[in-house]
Amino acid sequence: MEFSLTEKQKMLKKITRQFAEEYIVPIARESDEKQELDDKVFQKMKEMNYFGGCIPEEYGGAGLHNDTIGFSIIIEEISRADAAWGITTAVHNGVAAYPIYKYGTEEQKQKFLIDLAKGNKIGAFCLTEANAGSDAGGVQLTAVKDGDEYILNGTKIFATSGGIAGTLLVVAKTGEKESRKQMTVFIVDNKTPGYSVGVKEDKMGVRASNTSELVFQDVRVPQENILGNPGEGFKMAMKILDFGRIGIAAQCVGLGQAALEASIKYANERVQFNQPIGRFQAIQWKIADMSCAIESARLFTFKAAYLHDIGSEFGIASSMAKLVASEAAMQAAHGAVQIHGGYGLMKAYPVERYFRDAKMGEIYEGTSEIQRLVIAANLLKKGA
Amino acid sequence: MKIFVCVKQVPGVSEVKIDPKTNTLVREGILSILNPNDRNAIELALTLKEKYTTEVIALSMGPPQAEEILREALAMGVDKAFLLTDRAFAGADTLATSYTLALAIKKILKESNPEEKYLIICGAQAVDGDTGQVPPELAEELKIPQVAYVLNVELTEKKIIAERKFRAVEIVVIETTLPALISVLNDINEPRYPSIAGIMKAHNLEIVHLDAVALNADTSKIGLNGSSTEVWKIFIPERKGDRVILRGTIEEVIQNLCQNLKDDKVL
Repeated sequence: MEFSLTEKQKMLKKITRQFAEEYIVPIARESDEKQELDDKVFQKMKEMNYFGGCIPEEYGGAGLHNDTIGFSIIIEEISRADAAWGITTAVHNGVAAYPIYKYGTEEQKQKFLIDLAKGNKIGAFCLTEANAGSDAGGVQLTAVKDGDEYILNGTKIFATSGGIAGTLLVVAKTGEKESRKQMTVFIVDNKTPGYSVGVKEDKMGVRASNTSELVFQDVRVPQENILGNPGEGFKMAMKILDFGRIGIAAQCVGLGQAALEASIKYANERVQFNQPIGRFQAIQWKIADMSCAIESARLFTFKAAYLHDIGSEFGIASSMAKLVASEAAMQAAHGAVQIHGGYGLMKAYPVERYFRDAKMGEIYEGTSEIQRLVIAANLLKKGA
Repeated sequence: MKIFVCVKQVPGVSEVKIDPKTNTLVREGILSILNPNDRNAIELALTLKEKYTTEVIALSMGPPQAEEILREALAMGVDKAFLLTDRAFAGADTLATSYTLALAIKKILKESNPEEKYLIICGAQAVDGDTGQVPPELAEELKIPQVAYVLNVELTEKKIIAERKFRAVEIVVIETTLPALISVLNDINEPRYPSIAGIMKAHNLEIVHLDAVALNADTSKIGLNGSSTEVWKIFIPERKGDRVILRGTIEEVIQNLCQNLKDDKVL
């Protein structure tokens, strides 16, 4: 067992940290207030290949498709600067670009993947509907076959980057019955007639990231845009999310790390009762607990990434990583606000934003409850 | 045409600690970085490479760990990297450093094409020692012309036209033949970060190590032996007094300032 990063991974960490501190940190608060990702940062992120992180070079990516630990490190460092950029990058890579690379035909890769990997287009994964959240099998958006096309009708909600996405992976019902065996994943270009962006959500956290309602009205999609096979959409969606959760876990680790670092800095600087508050055990215990939670979350994340890279089953590991990391980030952000006292409630300090951002992680890409359900069901099925 | 960029690994902190016994920087537990001005030098070399056909070569003298910054230079897009590393180079002052760098440049030229024109780009100074002496000394060692604090440069086959900063606000345009050396500050450009793809590529490239034997160096001119300066004492300047901010109308501020200077017996 080897616990150290490779030289390459160390450089990815160092450079991404420097990059994020120079370009993302200074405008994170402003982006949160404006509820918008900055264009200049977007261009810089493109030049850095962050949108093609886990895609091979031959498709315009950076070549970390077999180094998910390296990919996690990048997401962690971006999220340490701004969790909104973290979620945008993680979702784009993990549940839009990577599935096309992994399950797409060569034609689909040429047509959709290269633009995603180069950051010319942003990708979104659209599963959630008004009545299909944790119960992902309840998708109502229909896709009806008409010659060699499918006609999509319905509405998706809460789609991360939905409003800014050029390429969408849409999970649709392709059979009469409400069944998990009647679902199919389609690749949809946002220029397709009948497709439109609905309400842009006004969220609690990661406010700079776009979350939108997406409306499909007689959207005609050629059958060659089906990702994988018709009727296998539910299984595929679950597999896509298995990989996606590694990125979300990394996003939470980065956010938690930021909250921890802010707390340490503040505990050393803030003087009350004639001494830095870091001298008080009440503060020390919080910092110790936060640090332990984040470090274990990081190890869980790397373990899931490692299992993926060696070709092992990693779904449960990624559920565990996402669960542990999102709760670690929440714990760290909670502790950070408490340590900052009154200042922690003020927008002038970033911990106020971390607190709102952290709550998101326990809910999106499968709530903590769903992760626990999946983990326990798997254990009980295997038996003791 | 070749462009050599001389780079240095420096501690990545604004406040350094000094070991009072050895008079050297405490490097333990401190992140090392590529000297900021050297990043500007690399950026300039890479920009020139985009316009003209040249090969960009990064050079550094330092311990084996200095490979890290050369790796970063490769990740930014530099073609080749050489690390001059040998225990015998240790303790070198700027003179011994310039001699060693010059030997390496001569060796690299000799082994490819001795007639080839070249340009050397250096960061004007390093954030650790801050002497700014290596670029001019290197030019002297190689007996080539130099232009310091360059803001802009045009390259032709045989010469360069460089705009250099002169005093605070003036710019002087200097034309000189190649080979030549120029030094740059951080006002010349905004250095690129290595992309992920660049980082991946850089780890498949070799960094060539050159020691004193490979350079056929005169042992009396390298390392501590070759250093003509000796460090007596090294210290962090003590902060004296506090910064005072004067506020008000211009007249009030001037009056206030004059009174302050009189009180301090400056006027």
